Amino acid sequence: MPVFDYAPAPENRDIARVKQYYQPFIGGGFVDGDGEPLKTLNPATGEVLAEVSTVSSSDVDSAVHAARRAFERVWSPMPGAERAKYIFRIARLIQERARELAVLESLDNGKPIRESRDADIPTAAAYFFYHAGWADKLDYAGLGPSPQPLGVAGQVIPWNFPLLMLAWKIAPALATGNTVVLKPAETTPLTALVFAEICQQADLPPGVVNIVPGAGDVGEMLVTHPDVDKVAFTGSTEVGKLIQRQLAGTRTRLTLELGGKAANIVFDDAPIDQAIEGIVNGIFFNQGHVCCAGSRLLVQESVADEVLSKLRARVETLRLGDPLDKNTDIGAINSAEQLAKIRELVASGEDEGAQRWTSPCPVPEKGFFFAPTVFSGVESSMRIAREEIFGPVLSVQTFRTPDEAVTKANTTPYGLSAGVWTEKGSRILWLTSKLRAGVVWANTFNRFDPAAPFGGYKESGFGREGGRSGLAAYLKGDDDGAV
Amino acid sequence: MARSDRVGVAKTYKLYIGGKFPRSESGRSYPVTSESGAFLANASQASRKDLRDAVVAARSAFGGWSGATAYNRGQVLYRVAEVMEGRRDQFIAEVRDAEDVRPRTAESLVDTAIDRWVWYAGWTDKLAAVLGGTNPVAGPYFSFTVPEPTGVVGVLAPQRSSLLGLVSVLAPVLATGCTAAFVSSDARPLPAITLAEVLATSDVPGGVVNLLTGQAAELGPWLASHADVNALDLTGADPEHRTELARSAADTVKRVLRVPEQEPDWTSSPGIGRLRAYLEDKTVWHPMGV
Amino acid sequence: MSVALAERLDDATRDASSLRRFLAGLPGVDQVGLEQRAATLATRSIKQDAKRWAIDTAISMVDLTTLEGADTRGAVRSLCAKAVRPDPQRPDTPSVAAVCVYPDLAATAVEALAGTDVAVASVATAFPSGRSNRAVKLADTALAVDSGATEVDMVIDRGAFLEGRYGDVFDEIVAVKQACGDSHLKVILETGELATYDNVRKASWLALLAGGDVIKTSTGKVSPAATLPVAHVMLQAVRDFHEATGELRGVKVAGGIRTTKDAIRYLVAVNEVAGERWLTPSLFRFGASSLLNDLLLQRRAKQDGHYSGANYLPE
Repeated sequence: MPVFDYAPAPENRDIARVKQYYQPFIGGGFVDGDGEPLKTLNPATGEVLAEVSTVSSSDVDSAVHAARRAFERVWSPMPGAERAKYIFRIARLIQERARELAVLESLDNGKPIRESRDADIPTAAAYFFYHAGWADKLDYAGLGPSPQPLGVAGQVIPWNFPLLMLAWKIAPALATGNTVVLKPAETTPLTALVFAEICQQADLPPGVVNIVPGAGDVGEMLVTHPDVDKVAFTGSTEVGKLIQRQLAGTRTRLTLELGGKAANIVFDDAPIDQAIEGIVNGIFFNQGHVCCAGSRLLVQESVADEVLSKLRARVETLRLGDPLDKNTDIGAINSAEQLAKIRELVASGEDEGAQRWTSPCPVPEKGFFFAPTVFSGVESSMRIAREEIFGPVLSVQTFRTPDEAVTKANTTPYGLSAGVWTEKGSRILWLTSKLRAGVVWANTFNRFDPAAPFGGYKESGFGREGGRSGLAAYLKGDDDGAV
Repeated sequence: MARSDRVGVAKTYKLYIGGKFPRSESGRSYPVTSESGAFLANASQASRKDLRDAVVAARSAFGGWSGATAYNRGQVLYRVAEVMEGRRDQFIAEVRDAEDVRPRTAESLVDTAIDRWVWYAGWTDKLAAVLGGTNPVAGPYFSFTVPEPTGVVGVLAPQRSSLLGLVSVLAPVLATGCTAAFVSSDARPLPAITLAEVLATSDVPGGVVNLLTGQAAELGPWLASHADVNALDLTGADPEHRTELARSAADTVKRVLRVPEQEPDWTSSPGIGRLRAYLEDKTVWHPMGV
Repeated sequence: MSVALAERLDDATRDASSLRRFLAGLPGVDQVGLEQRAATLATRSIKQDAKRWAIDTAISMVDLTTLEGADTRGAVRSLCAKAVRPDPQRPDTPSVAAVCVYPDLAATAVEALAGTDVAVASVATAFPSGRSNRAVKLADTALAVDSGATEVDMVIDRGAFLEGRYGDVFDEIVAVKQACGDSHLKVILETGELATYDNVRKASWLALLAGGDVIKTSTGKVSPAATLPVAHVMLQAVRDFHEATGELRGVKVAGGIRTTKDAIRYLVAVNEVAGERWLTPSLFRFGASSLLNDLLLQRRAKQDGHYSGANYLPE
């Protein structure tokens, strides 16, 4: 029994206003889809949260058609300054309904309320605020004079940050004058459908945003739809490659934000207590369901023991449990399927001879949970060092010299992010130039901002989200010129 | 071929890999003729193993070339233009033979090619300022974004425009700091080889550019599927083959340049699309505190 | 902390230059990361039984303080009465840990608290500025100890610290500790004048190495006084010192802590940064005056199910 035993401090689930039944949002209205309805679960209990009507191929047609019509008749001819005001409205409405969205997100996804409340939802609103301001300033984006929208964007997003990924996709698309058909993830469709309500409340013209729930087959219908001009996908590298293959030889534009296996490099002169926080934040934020998670800790040999012992002590303080409890640090794994995948990879780590340490924290009996786990003695050849686990599992390796750290960090097909911890400025700048990754966090980790471009090198995808570069993904630019 | 009484010394046209001029490891060569059918020379017919060597050379040159200062890269590329200028007459003759154009046209194409090289040479130290910047993030962090070269670029060079087209697709690769493995025009490879000789004598480090003469149809699939190639320009591929090549490129998430169906008019002014295609934004964050 | 640190600790106090080397070798503190961690931890929501426990624990950790030029013996006596029975109508309310006064009033407090568990703490060493010579500071300490104070709150020489004369600061703490005899020594770092978290870490280690039983944030006379990030750095220091030496040293936060909410945030920091063994009055203290009343009001509200008012508590 702990000396200071925090009593349960659950957020009130009624705030989420969960409905029993949700419908696709097509052409400005909620309509039943012809697909097989899906049941979305609360991963913290395994219980059904709501039933969601999904779309069929003809519903996808209708959605794309609605988006096309809205693009041609309303959204693309509309002056940027007017478009901007709609997007600002959406940003404000997200802020106004932030608490509802946060609780709903935690119920549907399993993430701790502290994170949905303090990170996901406010950052989603920030993406709309940022991009709203661009809508009438695109001439100044450095992408050539009077850049033109592409048309209809088909967007497919993952389950790890449902509303935030929606914001990353929809905000730049709308600001640049495109219309959208978005498919939320099969296991986390609810906040996207509340977002559809927000579009109605904002009086957004019908068809500008369409939300089509469903599983992978719906995603495939959407990305291969002949009348879609642009596909944006965030998800696994495996599916990203499939989409790239499917779109090969077409004129459909594509941006991909895929997996990662980021190195988080800790030198012996690091600000050690903050580095420990950074390691924890890097891999245990959002249960490790983060494409840019710092899943490989590379620690300089001379401080490896100290870092590991401090890390274990810190990880033991992480509170695992009810996502709605305001004191929960680690919530539920999003699905039984993902939990099985994590268990399988963890078992492979043990089989291959890495030393497993798992926090002794209590684990709820119901629902999908996995206690934070740290593997030491990891060799580069092991699966846990190479494959994306997408769970609260850290693989620790050591290095002796900066060159060795860089080589280990870069030896992966991925290239999404990396972390560096050292008090030496010149070393930071040297490392950031050597690391083949789209985002490098130095003496911090997992920071996101709409003004800062985000995206991967190598098999972590191509294209950027955020900043000026993020706009380029939705505009006809000079890459159409062949010369 | 200008004639006098003297018997000229005919040149052997070879591949250019890792700063050296080898023949194809396959020992194959093929006759190159002018548009009107006159024999010009035998060119090496590169094999997939030559292609493999070219990619290895490009990868090993990448660290040095991408790590050089932008100023240095600009100087080296400008030097290439200087040496091209010195070989102007030779290029004119080769382009005239290869493309069967009038001498005035050949002259103009060569001049445009040299000028284009100069244009790209000047870009090296402006890209970061034009495409990068600081990010005004909402927190006590300094965040900036810099464009970095994506890596090794595989290029199937234009089939028709033997020099200007080639320069237009190759120079942007080098200006970004990427290295290249490229397959020249199948029927019109000779100006490409001369360009390789220019590169070899103008401070471009060995391996930064690797030239293969031969057939895009044979080499393209190996280039497109090569896991150590980061980006692909399919300009010189038969449009019928492009889809399959792009599919194969997807297996390692290569950046595949968007190219028009037909070879464009290379004399029109370039934008920076080709530069952007080979650049990756890298965003860096650091806290600001005492 | 690491074995390497334990080894270096032996060497640290050999002379002024080895002390300097040791302090320079401590890991840096990243301000942004530290403040972010402190802010995140401050979002812990402490409810129900946990809050009741936290309120009583906080009360038992209070050093009820009066450090005014206008202090009188009468005022000190009534403060002592309150320290022993903070809420006379609720006899289950715990006593505070200590009463903290100027040295000339220590004897009054000792007399008033005789036979109780409440300790008498006296500030000393030319509090709050510390701007006097060693002899005066030692005499000040002697006055406190001779008056019966069992706890002495000294201030470090911040001027010397900022000049880099760590050896002098160290020697002075050692001398005061000696003058304390059996009395507990709390070493006030006055973190508001140290300017950086790196300095807070250095000063914390310096004070621990010199034998301070408790490291204390502030005099309460300088703003900023205690802050959560500063408390984190000091809690890390006692945690790591314990790891390296096996010795348990304490932390006292003082100044600016006025509400129950603030106090609970510090308790959460103690619990999660240093560890639960520090959740005891012997290892963690609040230097405060008005905080106590807020804790008592909250305590009543918890018991009664409605909010109370200041008029219902003794002054």
